[in-house]
Amino acid sequence: MAKHVLRLIAVAYVMFLLVLPVGLIIWQTFGDGLGPFFESLTSPSALHAFKVTLTVAGLAVVANTIFGVGVAILLVRHEFPGKRLLGAFVDLPMAVSPVVVGLALILVYGRFSPVGGLLESWGIQVIFSTPGMVIATVFVAMPLVARSIIPVLEELGDEQEQAAHTLGASRLQTFLRITLPGIRWALGYGLVLCLARSLGEYGAVAVVSGRLVDQTQTLTLLVEERFQNYDQQGAFAAATTLALIAVVTLLLTKLLRPKDRSDGN
Amino acid sequence: MAGGTAAGLGVVVMYLSLIVLIPLAAVVWRSMDDGPGYFWRSITAPDAWAALSLTIGASALVALLNLVMGTIIAWVLVRDRFPGRAVLETIIDLPFALPTIVAGLVLLALYGPQSPLGVNLAYSRVGVVLALMFVTLPFVVRTVQPVLLELDKEMEQAAASLGAGPFQTFRRIILPNLLPAMLSGTALAFTRAIAEFGSTVLISGNLPFKTQVAAVNIFSQIEGDNTTGAAAISTVLLVVALVALVTLDLLQRWGKRRG
Repeated sequence: MAKHVLRLIAVAYVMFLLVLPVGLIIWQTFGDGLGPFFESLTSPSALHAFKVTLTVAGLAVVANTIFGVGVAILLVRHEFPGKRLLGAFVDLPMAVSPVVVGLALILVYGRFSPVGGLLESWGIQVIFSTPGMVIATVFVAMPLVARSIIPVLEELGDEQEQAAHTLGASRLQTFLRITLPGIRWALGYGLVLCLARSLGEYGAVAVVSGRLVDQTQTLTLLVEERFQNYDQQGAFAAATTLALIAVVTLLLTKLLRPKDRSDGN
Repeated sequence: MAGGTAAGLGVVVMYLSLIVLIPLAAVVWRSMDDGPGYFWRSITAPDAWAALSLTIGASALVALLNLVMGTIIAWVLVRDRFPGRAVLETIIDLPFALPTIVAGLVLLALYGPQSPLGVNLAYSRVGVVLALMFVTLPFVVRTVQPVLLELDKEMEQAAASLGAGPFQTFRRIILPNLLPAMLSGTALAFTRAIAEFGSTVLISGNLPFKTQVAAVNIFSQIEGDNTTGAAAISTVLLVVALVALVTLDLLQRWGKRRG
């Protein structure tokens, strides 16, 4: 009896909080068929938003992957004072409000700050432009790749790496032939998480982009702008696209996660 | 420290400084730009104070809701078997993958002015709480679930065979084992909730004194070019998050000591 009550509570809670709202918007988007959906998504503004989103997310994922792998190896394979502190700093972005991230970057890289002014005199505009949006996205998604591979690196141990080294392999060779194959599923998992977070970032990008339509507008900003301008179809089409990306992400992470475990065993 | 370690560490620290540490330090620095008096006036300005109180109050409420609901959901996922359990298991993580602005929009579609259920929570504080519940759903579930999986069922059977009722077994055996994980998840949910921006933008309507959360207040101050005021409220949020994270760290150590 108690078992059934708990099951009912859990299912109803997830149903009303998650499944029905997301389901409703997908239903309403495709309510008038696929025509209006594709029409909304192929408008010049929407196509431009796609391009900006992919550029920003792509660059941010590359940066976070290189950093994530580097910092993970550093934290797991090397000994140095302040290691715990470095680990805490890597996780710090998760606790910062996206709006605060945006403000922080404006204060350092905005036109009226010393650094921003210097960069501008060199012809580099960071805030209200692509570089600022990339930095903001890198900030919010920073720990995801590192945190995904750290447990696997720990579990793998460094015996094989040591052996390769003894047999004369260079650092790069050891990384490419030994370390990388060992962490590939975890890396894939982290990449997917990082990409999803980057594609979906709203708050930090809203602040640093200046929300310039057809210039710095990403897909998430498009959702908000279309909705505020009473273009429900446009907002729903973009939101549904992002929701479908999220669902694909979810399924990909489920596929990658178990392999990760068996790899470790 | 080997040469390779030092070089790698140097690059990592530089990168972290340029993107995370210096900008965050600039926020705290800017908040004190016009003296502690201005800082205090910024955070006690009626609209800012209302936004901060709402944010902390709503986040605490949502954290408590998660403590109960997250534990129930984790329990059902681990101990119950029913058709659709695998689907439930998968979609719990959806709030982590779904962009926050989309989360706000989907909630507004079901619980807004055009609600097919006839429930309109738009522009109300309940709407804000709902948005925070949505984005924090996975935290407690995902911290409690692994502990519950590891939990030895023999202890429960022993308690039952010695005459303990289900409630007694839960309170004396299960709860003490789960508590560190439950509280860790709650602290994570709280930190996430006080920082939340995107999901509350559409459903709250951003009415100052009523539904405006701290992040939205900061946003409107940035738009109004009052960066010092925005920095002051941001600093308060950073400090609250820091306190929550230190508490979390202590909880996890406590959990490890007991485990």
